[in-house]
Amino acid sequence: MAVEQARQSPASIEVTPGTAAVHCTGAWTVRGIARLERQLSSIPWPTAAELALDGSAISALDTSGAWLLHRTIRMLEQQGRSVVLRELRPEFDALLKLITARAAALEPVVPPESGLLASVGHWAWDGMHGIYDMLAFTGESATVLFRSLLHPGRIRWRPILHNLQTAGFEALPITGLLSFLMGIVIAYQGADQLQRFGANIFIADLVGLSMLRELAPLLTAIIVAGRSGSAYAAQIGTMKVTEEIDALRTIGVGTHELLVLPKMIALIIALPLLTVYCDVTGVLGGMLMARSKLDVSFDVFLNRLGDAIHLSSFMTGIAKAPVFAAIIALVGCFQGLRVGGSADSVGRRTTVSVVQSIFLVIVADALFSVVFNWLKI
Amino acid sequence: MNTAQPAVIDIRDLHTSYGAAEVHKGVSLAVQPGEIFALVGGSGCGKSTLLRAIIMLLRPQSGSIRVFGQETIGLGDEQALPLRRRWGVMFERGALFSSLTVAENVGMVLHEHTQLSPHLIEEVAAVKIALTGLPADAGAKYPSELSGGMRKRAALARAIALDPELLFLDEPTAGLDPLSASGIDELVRSLRDALGLTIMMVTHDLDLLWRAADRVGVLDGGHILGTGTMDELAQMEHPVIREYFYGPRGRAAREQAWKKK
Repeated sequence: MAVEQARQSPASIEVTPGTAAVHCTGAWTVRGIARLERQLSSIPWPTAAELALDGSAISALDTSGAWLLHRTIRMLEQQGRSVVLRELRPEFDALLKLITARAAALEPVVPPESGLLASVGHWAWDGMHGIYDMLAFTGESATVLFRSLLHPGRIRWRPILHNLQTAGFEALPITGLLSFLMGIVIAYQGADQLQRFGANIFIADLVGLSMLRELAPLLTAIIVAGRSGSAYAAQIGTMKVTEEIDALRTIGVGTHELLVLPKMIALIIALPLLTVYCDVTGVLGGMLMARSKLDVSFDVFLNRLGDAIHLSSFMTGIAKAPVFAAIIALVGCFQGLRVGGSADSVGRRTTVSVVQSIFLVIVADALFSVVFNWLKI
Repeated sequence: MNTAQPAVIDIRDLHTSYGAAEVHKGVSLAVQPGEIFALVGGSGCGKSTLLRAIIMLLRPQSGSIRVFGQETIGLGDEQALPLRRRWGVMFERGALFSSLTVAENVGMVLHEHTQLSPHLIEEVAAVKIALTGLPADAGAKYPSELSGGMRKRAALARAIALDPELLFLDEPTAGLDPLSASGIDELVRSLRDALGLTIMMVTHDLDLLWRAADRVGVLDGGHILGTGTMDELAQMEHPVIREYFYGPRGRAAREQAWKKK
C-alpha cells in the first residue's frame, strides 16, 4: 500500500479558471499533503457561491488527508459558499464522515496563559513550600532517627551495610586519587613562595593544615554528593515514578525507615572514614611534592607535621564530616521524594539534589569556620 | 495490490530464547492484509516476545520474519526505518513520553516523519486524539495526569499518528474497566474498517477476541497450537485450547458473543 502510495502523485487541488469546478487529485495522505498544505492559502478559489469539489481523482485518503479535506471545505463554507463534494469513493466517504463526526467534538483548547506576576507568585510560593517541606522532612528524619536509636532492633542493618559499601568503600579510589592530587597541587603552589623565604620546612604546615582542616572534608563531601547524593535522588525518584513508594506505604513500611535512614546512617559512618583516608592521601601527595621540589625528606616532613598539627586541627576536620553526610543524604532523599511522575522530573530533581547539597555543604563549612573561630579552636 | 495478496506478516520456523530458556520452538504464522489477528496464550508463553521480535526490538535465534514481504531479521536501523514508518505500535503500558503532553506525544511522530506545518500537525494530532475517544482537553495534559484507560487511548493515538498500514497492539484492554474495554473493541474495528488497517494484537481479553478478532492464533509451549476464527478454535480438541475457551470466563464470553449475534 505504501509502495503504491509512493508512486502516486501528491495531493493537489486544481481549479479550472472561469468555472466553479474544483478537482481534488492525488494521494491525500500524511506523506502526500505536505505540499498542498503550504499552497492552500494561495489557491485561486472560484468566486462562485456554489462550489463543486470533484473527489473522483483522489487516489488515497487517510485520516490526515481527510482532516485537511474537511478543514478546507469548512473554510470555504465559512466564507459563505455552499460546497458539494462529489464522486468520492465510498470507503473514502466513510472515512471523511468519521472524521467530520469526530471533529465536531473538537474545540480548540487554549491553555491558560500566566502573566509575569502570576509566574513570580508561583515561583515564590513553590520556593516557600520547598523550604517548608524540607524542614518537615528534616524533622521527620530526625524523629525517625531518634526512635530507631531508642529501639535499635528496628534499624535495618542490611541496607546500611549495602550503602556503606556503595557510598563508602567504592568511593575510596576516586576520593583518594583526587585528594592525593590536591595535596600535590597545594605543595606545588606553596613551594615557590616558601623557597623564596627559605622556609621550605613550613610546607608541612601548609599541606597538613589546609588538607586536614578544610580541603579533605570538603573535597570528600563534594565527591560523595556528586556520587551518592545524586544516586539517592535518582533511585528514590524512579521508585516514585513506578509507584514503588506508594506500594511501600500501603504495605505499611515507612519510607523513612527503609530508604532514608539507612542511607543517612551509612553516610554518617562512611564520610568521616573517607575524610581520614583523604587526609592521609592528601598529605602523601604533599609529601612527595615537598621532596621533589623542596628537598624536604619524608622523615623531616613527618616530624614537622607532628609538631605543626595539633589534634584539634585533625578533629575539626573530622567533626564536619558527619554534618556534611547528613546534609547530602537528606537533600538527596528529599529531592528524590519530590519527583512527580515523569522521567524529566527525575533528571531535574537529581540535578537539584547535587547543586543543593554542594551549596549547603559549603555554607555549613563557612558556619563551622565562624564557630571554630569563636571557640578559638 | 494484486489478486493473490501476500501476507503482511509471515513468520516461519522462528526460534527465540532468553539465555537457556527457549521461548519459541519453531513458530510459523501468517497475518493477511486487512485482518485483525489476535495472538493468545497463557502468561509467559512468549506472546509479547513474539511481538517484540516482529517489531525488531529483539533478535530471534533463527527462522524468518517477513513483514510486507521484507525479511526483518538482521536488518540494520537505517534499513528498518522505512518499514518502521509503515507500522504503529501500542505498548502494553502505554510508553508515552512522560515529559511531553499527549498532543506533543502524537505530534512528535508527525514532526519527525512528515513535512507538515506545525499548525496542521497540531490539528492532526487533535483529530487522532479525538478518534481514540479522548476528550478534547486531554491533549494538553501530561501522561501522569491521565487515568490508565486514557493513557491507553493516548498511546493508541500515537500509534496511529502516521496512519500506519499495520498496527501492533500489546494488551489493548488490559487494566481497563469493561466500558472502556468495549470502547476499545469498537475502536479497533472502526479503525480497521475506516483505514483498511491490518491489526495484530496480543491479548488475554476473551470479550475482545469474540468481538474484534477475525482470526486468532494460540501460542503455547513455544508452538502455535492452532489458528482460525474463534468459532473454529472453539471446535478444536486440543486440551489447552479447550481449557482456554471452555473455562468459566471463556464460556461466559462466548455466550455473550452469541447473544450479540
